[in-house]
Amino acid sequence: MTTNGASLPAPLGLLAELTHRCPLGCPYCSNPLALDRRDDELDSATWGRVFNEAAALGVLQVHLSGGEPAARRDLPEIVRAAREAGLYSNLITSAVGLTPKNLAVLADAGLDHVQISIQDSDEASADHIAGYKNASARKRAIAKEVVGLGLPLTINMVVHRANIARVESMVELALSLGASRVEIAHVQYYGWALKNRAALMPSREQVEQAVRQVEMLRTRHHGHIVIDAVVPDYFARFPKPCVGGWGRRSLNVTPAGRVLPCHAAEVIPGLEFWNVREHSLADIWRSSPAFLTFRGTDWMQEPCKSCARRDQDFGGCRCQAFLLTGDARAADPVCHLSPQHALVEHLAAAGEDVAYTYRSS
Amino acid sequence: MMDTPARQLSGSVCPRLPRGVRLTHNEAQGGWVLLAPERVFKADAITVEILKRCTGETTLNAIVDDLARAFAAPRERIHADVVNLLGSLADKKLLELG
Repeated sequence: MTTNGASLPAPLGLLAELTHRCPLGCPYCSNPLALDRRDDELDSATWGRVFNEAAALGVLQVHLSGGEPAARRDLPEIVRAAREAGLYSNLITSAVGLTPKNLAVLADAGLDHVQISIQDSDEASADHIAGYKNASARKRAIAKEVVGLGLPLTINMVVHRANIARVESMVELALSLGASRVEIAHVQYYGWALKNRAALMPSREQVEQAVRQVEMLRTRHHGHIVIDAVVPDYFARFPKPCVGGWGRRSLNVTPAGRVLPCHAAEVIPGLEFWNVREHSLADIWRSSPAFLTFRGTDWMQEPCKSCARRDQDFGGCRCQAFLLTGDARAADPVCHLSPQHALVEHLAAAGEDVAYTYRSS
Repeated sequence: MMDTPARQLSGSVCPRLPRGVRLTHNEAQGGWVLLAPERVFKADAITVEILKRCTGETTLNAIVDDLARAFAAPRERIHADVVNLLGSLADKKLLELG
């Protein structure tokens, strides 16, 4: 079934959350507050089947994530299955749980790329944010191993109130570790990040300074490292085209096999999610009620419905619209055209230096 | 892919796609794509012909010569296209210039 008479789009990316287990406790984790249990996790054979189905659907890249994917002892089998399915594999990891030896095994299994999270360039601050002693030292060591093995390395830096003043030194750190890319990923408020929003929220001045820093760094480092950065949406005029549009570019499979249009979708009440244990991925992509609910533009209300940007940002984020306004069909209030935009302005000014609630099961 | 002005490339470099950058064909996506860390680029026919020749063992000059011959096209234009593409990829760390 399609909407607007348009043909069903083919997804490009699959986010494979292999487990919700993780040794770190980052307060901005996008995982849901209710984490999937270990004994509910899909086995590697099932992931292999899912990867084959994904490739047949048109998926080109799989992001092996979690939780901490290295917590899976069968990670080499999973990486091999991704390679055999013809998918490009990205390992999205904290590096805690990786050793030089098991990293080499993953490289041999056909892993294409590694993304390591670094919480701050200041090591004490980084360990405090992660809630894990010596995390920073371990990440730096594994980053060098990745580069030593000839794999491309991306450093992902979640930016927020505690580290936003150090964007420059964070980029310089990524460069010194041999990364070819760095993501300046301003925190987004879902899951644990939403719970910790006040503690994570930077000031407008800090955000503007960070934007200027990134521009300067891009000029300085052109041709040496790619810097990906987007203005955090609470401080933007228009919303982000969340996941490239609902049910359009990507899909997310949870550790227990539920298939979601995005990692936060379970916050929206009344959505019916299907599980790979019961349905093929093609079936889920094409027909699952959760995917159909907001695919296309038929579901839109004003102001999105007649907005010139509706096919550009798709009304922003459904989960954010629900979380902030109570209505999943509303315009994402991040948009300055939303009648509820004042709410976001208020929240954006509400950062404060308070303690974190660390992620835990 | 050919966005920012490319650097000057010497004719004697031997370009190749590094590990983690893959040129692949996908039916459902309608053709050739270049896969890179967390990015995908659609690869048109010209791009495919250039990248297929980037084995790490062929100089840029030889690649240009070969393309000019294969497509009976003016060498200067081929050279400009090749330098544009390869320079742009190198800037994004998606190409090694050995």
